[in-house]
Amino acid sequence: MSTAPTSGDPYLVVDDLTVRFPTADGLVQAVTGLSYQVELGKTLGIVGESGSGKSVSSMAVLGLHDRRSAQISGSIKVAGTEVVGLSEGRMRELRGNAVAMIFQDALASLHPFYKIGAQLAEAYRTHHPKATKKEARSRALEMLERVGIPQPDKRIDQYPHQFSGGMRQRAMIAMGLINDPSLLIADEPTTALDVTVQAQILDLLQDLQQEFNSAIIIITHDLGVVAEMADDVLVMYAGRAVEYGSAKEVLTRPEMPYTWGLLSSVPDVAADTNARMIPIPGAPPSLLDPPSGCPFHPRCAHREKVPGDLCRTELPELLPAVHGEGHLKRCHLADPEAVFAAEVLPEIAPEMVEEKR
Amino acid sequence: MTEDATIVEPGEERESFEELVKHTHSANELDTSAPPVLTVENLRMYFPIKTSLMRRTVGHVQAVDGVSFVVPKGGALGLVGESGCGKSTTGQLITRLYKPTGGSMTFEGHDLASISNREMKPLRRDVQMIFQDPYSSLNPRHTVGSIVGAPLRVHDVVPKNKTLSRVQELLEVVGLNPEHYNRYPNEFSGGQRQRIGIARALALQPKLMVADEPVSALDVSIQAQVINLLQDLQREFDIAFLFIAHDLAVVRHFCPEVAVMYLGKIVEIGDRESIYANAHHPYTQALLSAVPDVKQAATGGRRERIRLTGDVPSPIDPPSGCRFRTRCPIAQEICARHEPPLLQIGKRHKVACHFPGRLGEHPREPLTARLLGVDASGQPDPGASPATDLVEQPGYADTWFDLDGKTIGRA
Repeated sequence: MSTAPTSGDPYLVVDDLTVRFPTADGLVQAVTGLSYQVELGKTLGIVGESGSGKSVSSMAVLGLHDRRSAQISGSIKVAGTEVVGLSEGRMRELRGNAVAMIFQDALASLHPFYKIGAQLAEAYRTHHPKATKKEARSRALEMLERVGIPQPDKRIDQYPHQFSGGMRQRAMIAMGLINDPSLLIADEPTTALDVTVQAQILDLLQDLQQEFNSAIIIITHDLGVVAEMADDVLVMYAGRAVEYGSAKEVLTRPEMPYTWGLLSSVPDVAADTNARMIPIPGAPPSLLDPPSGCPFHPRCAHREKVPGDLCRTELPELLPAVHGEGHLKRCHLADPEAVFAAEVLPEIAPEMVEEKR
Repeated sequence: MTEDATIVEPGEERESFEELVKHTHSANELDTSAPPVLTVENLRMYFPIKTSLMRRTVGHVQAVDGVSFVVPKGGALGLVGESGCGKSTTGQLITRLYKPTGGSMTFEGHDLASISNREMKPLRRDVQMIFQDPYSSLNPRHTVGSIVGAPLRVHDVVPKNKTLSRVQELLEVVGLNPEHYNRYPNEFSGGQRQRIGIARALALQPKLMVADEPVSALDVSIQAQVINLLQDLQREFDIAFLFIAHDLAVVRHFCPEVAVMYLGKIVEIGDRESIYANAHHPYTQALLSAVPDVKQAATGGRRERIRLTGDVPSPIDPPSGCRFRTRCPIAQEICARHEPPLLQIGKRHKVACHFPGRLGEHPREPLTARLLGVDASGQPDPGASPATDLVEQPGYADTWFDLDGKTIGRA
């Protein structure tokens, strides 16, 4: 997708990240042993249901968890700098500067009392203490124009409530990008938007990525967005990575029943009308007391294909998948490709089976 | 907090994948012979805008402006469109949460638009609603039994001592544990709460259900559970659905017929095939092309799409002529001067556009000019004789204007 050259080493490396929150009911194991990396100019898509730890893990990258209560272990390296355990002062230099985040709910993330322009200028001046107010304002204006807000010179002096949903999201992106971050984390950036506006925002993110060669993490539950935007995909369930690899491998030859479930529970606008919507039975587990063995086993419809009681007793390792380089999966199934092709695909995409014959 | 090991979700007992598949449905099919259960004609809803001090009316929000459609018995009509297009207001008009400004809604021989609230009460049994947000639509201080039993008590359909057993029956139908009637909504997850809302709507055995974004607040894996449940109920109890959603893929699966709305008007309506594979309105084409496609993963990169610029204009002061013209890639002079009539162009396909055509094949000359009695730029043409019967009719006629052959098609 983006052809910009990368400087070799990945920009963000997350290694064996574990995040736990002590609560009155016990220890919530929000993220367990998570590892991934993103290079400059590339996009990683993180998918999973609510409570799967996708937001928690990316908030850890920005050091947004309360240090007094959250228990974070493992390593997060941003351009070689270790972020876990970094002092708040050093973290502040990084946050909003080298690493920025776009949140889902733009209305809640923008301050209702301040004008859009003032909020953007503040983000700029925090990291450019020598800049004058005038410089900051012209930079804010430039960014509003860059993200495609009509009449930016008029809009800069308006309040967030005067903006429509899509424009607020653009203003948020402008704020996130005002300091030219090398890593942009977009947490459900288009979930609350209409499809036409969603497409505009996704276009914008892609254009900006090509222009600035930044690394992007896009957190979403929409597999369609991931398919069109991401180079790599990380599927999370109950705080763990269950499948990881290139978007093409993970979405066309998935080898983990949870990924199958995600694919089968969303219909496709272009699918055969004989295709079924096959839900994942049950509900996501509580992270206070995660299931033994494979965390997905209570909802897995393919458990009986694994000999013995392995799924219930033993956590599968994240191992190389049968097919594809760098494609990892966490599942005990011996031949997942055959099961997917023989059982799942004919039900969710009958037309694709015919094509293969 | 919300999860409880004893709550029985469907599939809690071990099910193999084949059994799981057996409980699911493929897309609903169209039954063209079904008689209409609801006929909506020229429905309008204008909300007055009042000044804060004198309460003087200074304008109107034209939320729904002349909408006509038919919902067949036991069938499903989907209403899609961007936020603010009036699809939810249409649903609220049909359930008479608002009294419409004009038009008619014929349900079993009664015009729901003109009858009084008192006359409406017995009919409310037959028209029920499922809401979008399973958190705010259930009273947190009432037990599930009291929530699901409320319609039974209000309409006095079962003796008091039988209410509980009926409630338990309903909970079982929607896949909840009937023992849980004395729990509170906060003890359930989002998907389970939506099932409670469905059980409440089902309590009076309605003939028509208005489902306003029933799955958009739910997690992806739960969405499919709820859609399959709605399909089960539709088949078992022969309920007709007006299914309002912005997710075009879910609507395609659930509804054999779809109406696309833009700024309070229907711009295109037809069966699934006509809308999704043969759309003739530039707005429908733009909407469809904007949906991200999972299959794109095989090739990588974005799909070719029609770029719509800007936002939906305000319904207080909609654009003149065609309301879509301010964002339309093919708009011409006539579009600003005249509103395009909703023309039937196929057996079950109507479109409101001066230049209807498949993507990339839109005609250069407006097809509607002669019907409206104007020339190609929209100026009055003294030589033309305007058609007089351009009033939108619900349902479909037996003859239509065939665009491919430029002839009159017949059923």
